[in-house]
Amino acid sequence: MISEEQVRHVANLARLGLTDEEIGRMGEQLDAILDSIEKIRELDLKDVPPTANPLDLTNVLRPDEPREELPRERALSTAPDPVDGMFAVPRID
Amino acid sequence: MLDLTASGLAQKIREGEVSSREAAEAANRRVEEIEDRVNAFVTPTPEVALERAEKVDTRIQNGRVRPWEGVPLVVKDVLSTKGVRTTCGSKILEDFTPLYDASALVNFGEDLVMVGKANMDEFAMGSSTENSAYGPTRNPWDLGRVPGGSSGGSAAAVAAGEGWWALGTDTGGSVRQPAALCGIVGLKPTYGRVSRRGLIAFGSSLDCIGPMTRDVRDAALLLQAVAGHDPLDSTSANAEVPDYLADLEGGVDGLRVGVVKELMDERIDAGVREVVEKVVGELAVAGAEVGEASLPHAYYALEAYYIIAPAEISSNLARFDGVRFGLREPAEGVHEMYRRTREMGFGDEAKRRIMLGTYALSSGYYDAYYAQAQKVRTRMIQDFREALSRYDVLVSPTSPSVAFEIGAKTDDPLAMYLQDICAVPASLAGVPAISIPGGLSDGLPVGVQLMSDHFTEPLLLRAARAAEEAADFRFELKL
Repeated sequence: MISEEQVRHVANLARLGLTDEEIGRMGEQLDAILDSIEKIRELDLKDVPPTANPLDLTNVLRPDEPREELPRERALSTAPDPVDGMFAVPRID
Repeated sequence: MLDLTASGLAQKIREGEVSSREAAEAANRRVEEIEDRVNAFVTPTPEVALERAEKVDTRIQNGRVRPWEGVPLVVKDVLSTKGVRTTCGSKILEDFTPLYDASALVNFGEDLVMVGKANMDEFAMGSSTENSAYGPTRNPWDLGRVPGGSSGGSAAAVAAGEGWWALGTDTGGSVRQPAALCGIVGLKPTYGRVSRRGLIAFGSSLDCIGPMTRDVRDAALLLQAVAGHDPLDSTSANAEVPDYLADLEGGVDGLRVGVVKELMDERIDAGVREVVEKVVGELAVAGAEVGEASLPHAYYALEAYYIIAPAEISSNLARFDGVRFGLREPAEGVHEMYRRTREMGFGDEAKRRIMLGTYALSSGYYDAYYAQAQKVRTRMIQDFREALSRYDVLVSPTSPSVAFEIGAKTDDPLAMYLQDICAVPASLAGVPAISIPGGLSDGLPVGVQLMSDHFTEPLLLRAARAAEEAADFRFELKL
């Protein structure tokens, strides 16, 4: 069982605001989902290597050459609060 | 004109019988006529379509076009479109206008005649298109039912004639399952075959862009248009793009076809299994060597998928924090701003998967869930390797059921996830998979899924073309 405290802890890790009502519902739903995926733990896979990418790619490199990039004003044009050519945020607490 | 295949329309455009502008006008009228019932689009783009169609028409007169250009395309709203709002079905991107086009769209051609940005489950998470902040899309076969998801808007638009073909994205079935539920063809290419640049990421090791079309030939043509290596996507495959149309009519004589037994059990509706068996029977008549194949870890694929995909989601969706783009909810400090922005901007399913993924990756649980799921993935790939050493093509249903009623599964996330059981094995293994309409069950379309080895799309398309010919189904415009 996942506790309310754990739900709040995970929500904090994810920087996700949840109402008290959502916390309760989320706990129940996560429990049900985790119960159903529990069965993969029954497989003995001690010596099996993990797969992170189905094509088995490693270290794809390209030459480090300057190329045309978005100008600063354009890159900032989608920002909620651009100030003096930078992304402004509220006080960092 | 609306009920033509894309290839058929392309030919008429090339031969000057119809202009691209006339096609765009026809699509725009159709959208105006039925969109209040279907809701296939978040943002219809009638002016963009007309303006670009005129440019294509001019280029046709100068003889500078590729065979697919000028046929209006529906684009899922997860693909970045320069200057055209891209919401991903989310409130958090309600006012977001990308600064560049997705590479797949750049490949298609310089003047992409775009009908609109298609509705989808928020951030492509869902199997019904009910998780959109812009309202559910309805299935043109029965407006009380879902079109599937997450590319449900793309599927519904193609089925109802709001466009001739569409691009969707498939992470765990999001092209194939809505194609199945709307009676069209949906192709998930090999992972890496189509560049993901500009595709707003959901599960980076799983996401594939794929064609949603009225027949297999159109799927081959659209794949031809968008496939290719992209130095701006480090996971894009540096492999030559073959001619996907060359072998299309080669038939299945002598082809080894394996029916995946784990995906034909009682979890699949009987009516769906019957349609799959009938199509397979017809392939045998056409000369295929049919047998039973096994993917033993398919029984664990859904579980592995629902760890790996949420883990990648929780990481990918961290970028939506109110700093560089999208919604920002004001607050005193930056942490409260993050929390409030994400609380207001994300819908229930996005929140659920962020929580699930963060939990699975958190200290103390990583090995039990995420690392174990990655090992199941290795086993899944080995299963495919083994099965595809005996068979050229594997067959299963695409979805365990036909289209279900709107609202039927919205309160039960697990029931919704079960829609993906047949689709996720190929997603985990990164192999190509296609859904074709195989026939009807209870008057609604059933998808038959074919899968093959990495980068063998020409073979897969050839088998799918034969299956399409054998199936008791012909495309007809709905509504």
